[in-house]
Amino acid sequence: MSDLRDLYQDVILEHSKAPRNYRELVAANHKAEGYNPLCGDRFTVYLDMEGDSIRDISFQGSGCAISKASASMMTQIVKGKTKAEAEQLFDRFHKLVTGHAPANGEAELGKLAVFSGVSEFPVRVKCATLAWHTLHAALEGKQEAISTE
Amino acid sequence: MSIAAKPVSSASKQRFDIERVRADFPILQQKVRGKPLVYLDNAATSQKPRAVIEAISRYYEGTNANIHRGVHFLSEHATEEYEAVRGIAQRFLNAAESREIIFVRGTTEGINLVAQSYGRAHIQAGDEILITDMEHHSNIVPWQILCDERGAKLRVAPINDAGELILDEFANLLGPKTKLVAITHVSNALGTINPIRRIVEMAHSRNVPVLVDGAQAVPHLKVDVQALDCDFYAFSGHKVYGPTGIGVLYGKAALLEAMPPYQGGGDMIASVTFEKTIYNKLPYKFEAGTPDIAGVIGLGAALQYVSGLGIENIGAYENEVLAYATQAVSAIPDVRLIGTAKVKAGVLSFVLDNIHPHDIGTILDQEGIAIRTGHHCSQPVMKRFGIAATARASFALYNTKEEADALVRGIEKVREVFA
Repeated sequence: MSDLRDLYQDVILEHSKAPRNYRELVAANHKAEGYNPLCGDRFTVYLDMEGDSIRDISFQGSGCAISKASASMMTQIVKGKTKAEAEQLFDRFHKLVTGHAPANGEAELGKLAVFSGVSEFPVRVKCATLAWHTLHAALEGKQEAISTE
Repeated sequence: MSIAAKPVSSASKQRFDIERVRADFPILQQKVRGKPLVYLDNAATSQKPRAVIEAISRYYEGTNANIHRGVHFLSEHATEEYEAVRGIAQRFLNAAESREIIFVRGTTEGINLVAQSYGRAHIQAGDEILITDMEHHSNIVPWQILCDERGAKLRVAPINDAGELILDEFANLLGPKTKLVAITHVSNALGTINPIRRIVEMAHSRNVPVLVDGAQAVPHLKVDVQALDCDFYAFSGHKVYGPTGIGVLYGKAALLEAMPPYQGGGDMIASVTFEKTIYNKLPYKFEAGTPDIAGVIGLGAALQYVSGLGIENIGAYENEVLAYATQAVSAIPDVRLIGTAKVKAGVLSFVLDNIHPHDIGTILDQEGIAIRTGHHCSQPVMKRFGIAATARASFALYNTKEEADALVRGIEKVREVFA
C-alpha cells in the first residue's frame, strides 16, 4: 500500500472530493477545454486576466481523483500569478510528475509537491497534467486575442 | 450466493479441468507487483496458450518461407500449413466453403474491407446503413467514412437501460433506404449478446445484407455462420487466444465474388500487364501482399485449442464464473453495473459512486489485478449511460471464482482508499 499512498495522498483525496474554485467564472475573459480521449476526462479552465496576471481562475468538468485534485490545487497556486510565472510552475510541475525534478525542485512547488508520487505511475502523468495543459491553452488563447486587436 | 471461494461443481469439473487449462497459459504463472496475476482484461486481448506460442516458434524455426509462389520444399510446406488454417477457420465458423474465409489483420480490417469494397460498390447517395448504439468505434467509423464519401446516411438503433437492443426500434429504422446492417454479436463494453439470427431474418426480409462484428463473440459462443445466415462475419485472432495482427473475415461466396478487390498487390492477381490486370479467384483476391503467415499458423493453433476444449464447455464454465462475479461485485455498496442484459458473455462493466474508473484501475493494478478502465472505444455507449468511463472486468476460459473474489477484495480496497 505504500506505493498507493504515495499517489493517493490525503491532500489529493481531499481536493478530489471537495475541489476548490470549482465553478463557472462569469467574469472569465478566456477559457479553454481540455480533454483526454484515452480516459474521457474533460475540464474547462476559466480565466479572468487583468493584463498579464491571473486575477481569478476556476474550473469545471469530470475526471479521476488525480486530475481533479491537480486542477483544484492548480487554481489555488496560480491565482494572482503572471502568465510567465504560471507557465514556469507548469514546467516545474511537469518535471516533478515525470520524475525529472531537480533535487531542490519540490520547495518551489509548495503544496504541489504532493504530486511527486505520480512519477511512479507513468500512465497517470496525463491525469495530473490535464488541467495544466488546459491552463496553458487558455493563456495562449488570450495572447491570440490580443494579437487580433 | 456466498462470496466465499467455492470449488467448481463436480459436473463442470468433468467437462472442464480449470487447473489443467491454467497450466496451458505460461503468462498466468507469474506474479505482478508481488501478487499472483489476476488477468481480467480479456475483452482487450486474451493470453496465449503454449500451443499457440509453440506453433509460431515451430513455423519460424522449421518452415518459414513465402507462400503460394515458391516451388521449393519450404514454400510448399508453408503454403500447406497456411491453407490448412483456412480449413480450420471454416470449420470453426461452419462456413460452407473455405474460400469464404479471408485472412485479415483483425476485426477492424475485416469491417473496413467490407465498407470499402462492398460499400463503395453498393452504397449510393441517399442510402442508409443501420448500426446500433452499442457498437465499438471500429463498427462505426468505417461506415461514417463510407457515408461521407457516398452521401449516405448512418442510422443508429437505440438500446434500453439494460444495454439491450430495442428490437422494435430496430425494425422501425430498417426501411426502404437501408442497404446494409452492421451489428456487433457481443458488446465489448456491456457484454450484451445480440439476437443475430432474428436480426438477420428481419434484415433479409427486406433484402438487406448483415455484417456481424464477432470480435467479442468467438471466444465465448458457438458461432455458426450458416445457421445465423449472416452475410459477413469478422473476428480477431488475438481475442480468441491467437496472436495479434491476424483475424478472419467470413463472407458469403456469392457476395465476395461480386465485390471489387480491397487492396492491390501480389497474391491477389492472376495476371498483370500494363493494359489489364486479372484478379485472382477467392479468397486470394482479398489477400494482397505477403500475409502474416506465422500469425495465421498461430491462429490455427488457437482455434484448435478452443475446439479441443469445446466452445460449449468453455461458454458454460465462463457463464458460471461471470454469474458468480456479477453477484459478488453487485453486492458491494456504491457499485452500479453498466450492462445488465438478460443474455451476456464475458463482460462485467461497473462504476463506483464518486470514484473514477481510472482510480479503480490503478488501485486494482497494485493488487495484481488487470482490468480495463475508460470508454472501451465505445464512446456512444458511455454517452447513452451518462458516464465518461467504466471499469471493465472481462473474463476468459482460464479465469476462476477465486479471481472474482480477488476482484471483490480489490474493489473493497478502492473504497477504503477513498473512504
